Amino acid sequence: MYQYDELDQAFVDQRVAEFRDQTRRHLAGQLSEDEFRPLRLRNGLYIQRHAPMLRIAIPYGLLASRQLAKLADIARRYDRGYGHFTTRQNLQLNWPRLPDVPDILAELATVQMHAIQTSGNCVRNVTADHLAGIARDEIDDPRPYCEIIRQWATLHPEFTYLPRKFKIAVTGSPEDRAASEVHDIGLHLARDAQGDIGFTVLVGGGLGRAPVIGQVIRDFLPLPDLLSYLEAILRVYNRHGRRDNLNKARIKVLVKSLGIARFREQVEAEWQLSRASAARLPAAEVERVRGFFRPQPYETLEDFDASAGREPAFQAWYRYNTRPHRVSGYRAVFVSLKAHGQNPGDMSCEQMEAVAALAERVSFGLIRATHNQNLLLADVRQSELYDVWLELERHQLAMPNIGTLTDMIACPGLDFCSLANAGTLGVAKQIQERFNDLDYLYDLGDIEIKMSGCMNACGHHHVGHIGILGVDKHGEEWYQITLGGSANGFTALGEVIGPSVPKNEVAATIERIVEAYRALRAEGERFIDTFRRVGVTSFRESAYATHPAAA
Amino acid sequence: MRRILRRREIVADDWIHLGEDAADGAALIVPLAELRKDPGRWWQWPGRLGVRLTPVDRVEELADELPRLDLVAVEFPNPGDGRGYSQARLLRERLGFRGELRAVGAGVRQDQVFLLARCGFDAIELAGGEDADAARGALQRYDVAYQPGAPETAIRRQRFFAT
Repeated sequence: MYQYDELDQAFVDQRVAEFRDQTRRHLAGQLSEDEFRPLRLRNGLYIQRHAPMLRIAIPYGLLASRQLAKLADIARRYDRGYGHFTTRQNLQLNWPRLPDVPDILAELATVQMHAIQTSGNCVRNVTADHLAGIARDEIDDPRPYCEIIRQWATLHPEFTYLPRKFKIAVTGSPEDRAASEVHDIGLHLARDAQGDIGFTVLVGGGLGRAPVIGQVIRDFLPLPDLLSYLEAILRVYNRHGRRDNLNKARIKVLVKSLGIARFREQVEAEWQLSRASAARLPAAEVERVRGFFRPQPYETLEDFDASAGREPAFQAWYRYNTRPHRVSGYRAVFVSLKAHGQNPGDMSCEQMEAVAALAERVSFGLIRATHNQNLLLADVRQSELYDVWLELERHQLAMPNIGTLTDMIACPGLDFCSLANAGTLGVAKQIQERFNDLDYLYDLGDIEIKMSGCMNACGHHHVGHIGILGVDKHGEEWYQITLGGSANGFTALGEVIGPSVPKNEVAATIERIVEAYRALRAEGERFIDTFRRVGVTSFRESAYATHPAAA
Repeated sequence: MRRILRRREIVADDWIHLGEDAADGAALIVPLAELRKDPGRWWQWPGRLGVRLTPVDRVEELADELPRLDLVAVEFPNPGDGRGYSQARLLRERLGFRGELRAVGAGVRQDQVFLLARCGFDAIELAGGEDADAARGALQRYDVAYQPGAPETAIRRQRFFAT
């Protein structure tokens, strides 16, 4: 993985010193809350319902064992002994004390981590496919380019005060595992006719209040032009994006109001004028960064079926929680943060320490955070899978439900977030309880539930096969359900099935929906495919069958 | 007399804004809208002339007039409005403006000055209540940067050089 040099280390150290001074001035009354807010947000610090919340960046999801161990240490010493992994490969601490935050950031800097630009109206943590570097269908590893973009975007002098937040995702495989089409910029690695590396560039995607799927602005952008082209997009946005209305300030609104053709013209015109003097990407720098992401020193091993002859529980885990690897003899292992009874994405410091130690032993000391709020050990020898399973079992991290209905995404919701309209964690629990039978889950197959506690859509509900959105109805928590969303290769926004349902009806409604699917599906047909074949109306009647609000 | 940060020094301001007490022949900063309204008058101004831009003003429209201007002031109405950073880079890098580029307005605070200097501002007129000495110190908060930038701050090392 990338290792800081003296420039990187000096930068994060100086950033900590700056924030320490800003915090001191705020606590001394020299910076009002309004003045302090944009400064603390750019260091990942929110003030939430009960306490501050600190969002720590895990750039493109990659963590070293010593970094995960440090996160555990911080969670224990400065928080309540756990953290929450988000869809954008960040870790959130829900209970830090404001005066401690500079110390926490200083601790992070000792292991080459930070919370820079994890919130605020600036370029956020750059995300990538969690199977980067090991996927069999990959064109190129996206992580070196993520790291280059991370550095370029860090305290960018021109683009630190944008109209609104700005999210970039990079993928290297045809299958989009990073939801790149619902990012402000999505970069898909590609090769031109000469075999040179570049990107297909999408722009204007985003969820939130008005979800939009990104559109292609450039079919092929040569790699050396990456930064100059990003600067052109951001400059057009910085100058012309709306600043009069927070809800219309994302780049998607600018792209929509101009139309992609005119927006493209403006970006190309800006790019032609600026590329000569803009930041170029020197080939030597690309090579330097790529050097940090070379394939691991794999052993020469044969593939074999590690589950053959083992007990059914291991076989289920093997089937659902491990994935093929491009190198024979290895598999990728999900660390499930979706145990029933747990908040999706939450992890205790004991669990973090156990996984850090396990990764050190069996996966080259590296761990990945996934968009779906799980962790991944990317490079495990097949011969060690059984022992890995036992160890994960011991720490309640082996729930064999990856890709099933209870591997759901959920934001922290009303229990923590001051933006939320409704709770998500109680609903998640309700769903886990109702769908606690693994055989039933396996029969339902591949179903993604994504749940957000408000319109801001941190839980990506628009692109869930089943989306759940918490809404406030006269002070009560109700839930709007959408069907047919997807962000995986074929991006689609879900359709609202009908009136929202009260809190205690959510899991029952979902059960009726999946029962309808079981009745409608063709042999071997996935939920999303059945939905696309038959449409929302076929589900509507069943969903409200016994529901009092249906009338 | 107002004190401003010019390059890395705190100096007495030798410019006045239209509306402030102006002796004939003083160095005067006029809003662009005012310059457009009465160009005959302002281009005849006997002293040095500067223009003040709001965030919505298009710097490209000033291209032909820049050689006749000694100063361009770019307004930051609040710290969150970042349009002036783009205006500054365009003035310096595309339009080749070599006169004084000054950040003005309620958004010009000590926590902004490092970014402002990196975008090419060589003069910073701090918002009321800001501590000039602290702002001067803030210019030195970072001695490394990833992006190429203007030489107004002393950067020990940066990564992506312009070529």
